Amino acid sequence: MIITKQKPFEKILEMTQPYDKVFIVGCGSCATSCQTGGEKEVAEMAGRLGEKVVGTAVVEEPCDLRLDRRDLKAHREALKEADAVLVLACGSGVQTLADFTGKIVLPGLDTCFIGETERLGRFYDRCRACGDCILDETGGICPITRCAKALLNGPCGGQVEGKCEVGEYKNDCAWVLIWKKLKEQDRLDLFMKFRPPRDHSKKVLLTEVILR
Amino acid sequence: MVAKRPAYSNLVKEIRSGKFVLTGELEPEKTTGLEEILASARAMKPYVVAANVTDNPLSMAFMNSLVPSYIVQREIGLETVYQVTVRDRNRNALISDILAAAHLGIRNVLALSGDHTVLGDNKGAMPVYDLDSAQFVYLLSKMIDEGVDLAGNEIHGKVEMNVGIAANPNADPLEPEVLKIGRKVGLGVDFIQTQTMFDIDLVKEFLREIERFNCPTLVGIFPLKSFGIADFFDKYIPGVHVPKELLEGMRRCKDEPDKEKRKALYDQVNIDFFEPFIKEIRKTTKAAGIHVMAVFYERIFEPLLRTTM
Ligand code: SF4
Ligand code: SF4
Repeated sequence: MIITKQKPFEKILEMTQPYDKVFIVGCGSCATSCQTGGEKEVAEMAGRLGEKVVGTAVVEEPCDLRLDRRDLKAHREALKEADAVLVLACGSGVQTLADFTGKIVLPGLDTCFIGETERLGRFYDRCRACGDCILDETGGICPITRCAKALLNGPCGGQVEGKCEVGEYKNDCAWVLIWKKLKEQDRLDLFMKFRPPRDHSKKVLLTEVILR
Repeated sequence: MVAKRPAYSNLVKEIRSGKFVLTGELEPEKTTGLEEILASARAMKPYVVAANVTDNPLSMAFMNSLVPSYIVQREIGLETVYQVTVRDRNRNALISDILAAAHLGIRNVLALSGDHTVLGDNKGAMPVYDLDSAQFVYLLSKMIDEGVDLAGNEIHGKVEMNVGIAANPNADPLEPEVLKIGRKVGLGVDFIQTQTMFDIDLVKEFLREIERFNCPTLVGIFPLKSFGIADFFDKYIPGVHVPKELLEGMRRCKDEPDKEKRKALYDQVNIDFFEPFIKEIRKTTKAAGIHVMAVFYERIFEPLLRTTM
């Protein structure tokens, strides 16, 4: 899931300040689960912004153009009238709505990461979408995401009692976790394996997936 | 699995000749001047075969380590170990710097990850880590042994350097650290320098653990110039504990009002601790030498080494 946090309300006020008519779009998927852009949060935001809000809608998945088209059909008039669209969804949702509406878009949320949900309100960074997954080699623990230096051949000298030098030794060192897991699975040969430098040009060029 | 590359540096020549070697440490700071570094280098020269020049330790943005690495060799005639972290440079910058270092006659490079940028004095910096330190060793082996860069592009001229890595015997758990060293040594490492050690049993255990990799190892020690430094080390350097008796010894010295007497007392406490420490390492382990991190405390070399070397 894409994990988001709501921006401070003062920031949202500042962003919306230049516009007299604002339409708010929420997300029925990830941002609903994060409690940052579901029905409830959209209604709350409309209440706080008051009169300038000309309409609201929660799109099932605002990052999908087809669903924007479907779920915003009933709001065509209000959207047309709006000077700007405040989007309570991830950055991808915001940009898809910019494409769909052609309007000025304002991000109401900060997009944090692709995360694991432990329970509502507890989310953990798990994937940086590197385009070349190696979880098979690392015991299902992603070093690109969870090692603060994204090392492919860790651990570094900064781990103390299994904790990482980044974050005041509160977070687990990903490479100690990987070592433990591979040892448990009797696959330490994978830990010993040298992983050569990555070809970052692949990721740089990986900006679209076009299958048809 | 020691790399079969020639001994290009005096450091590696001496190690391979079986001599028990000493290296020192020089720290460029946030300055444009080199007077202090040159004075330190001059003071330690009689005692060490080479001196490391640190690369932005703790992620502090200091003077580039290449310049003092070169100037110390040229002005003082003391060989240097050019420390390079992968924190601040991508592979292109690493290749450029190594080519420049080769031109300047640098013979040792120490490949490091580097403390993370969030620990530094410009915390908002983008951490690079395009390569990790193992991949940097791999790059160095390509440049030195094959005359090509990472992508296989040919290098004109020769890169004649020996490669060192750092090790952390204080790591807990130790096993992943040991396995990692084995992984790295296989990529072409000529020597290892450990982080600061105060615990002789840990030194022994660690050296036993890595013996199978057959890579010459220098044990790092950090003579403590004052109680303040000792206390800071103990409190704020994670994973490093200054032994109680040493810390207490340092504490007792600090109340001596006479500056010269106080210095002498501090020196004596250090000698009382490190002299048997070094002797024990020489007698009971296969360590190749000692890496003495007496930064701005060069006066300790002479009394410390009088009976140990
Ligand atoms: S290796 Fe990590 S960042 Fe890359 S795809 Fe897999 S989980 Fe995501
Ligand atoms: S301590 Fe572990 S998680 Fe942190 S940077 Fe080093 S290897 Fe990565």
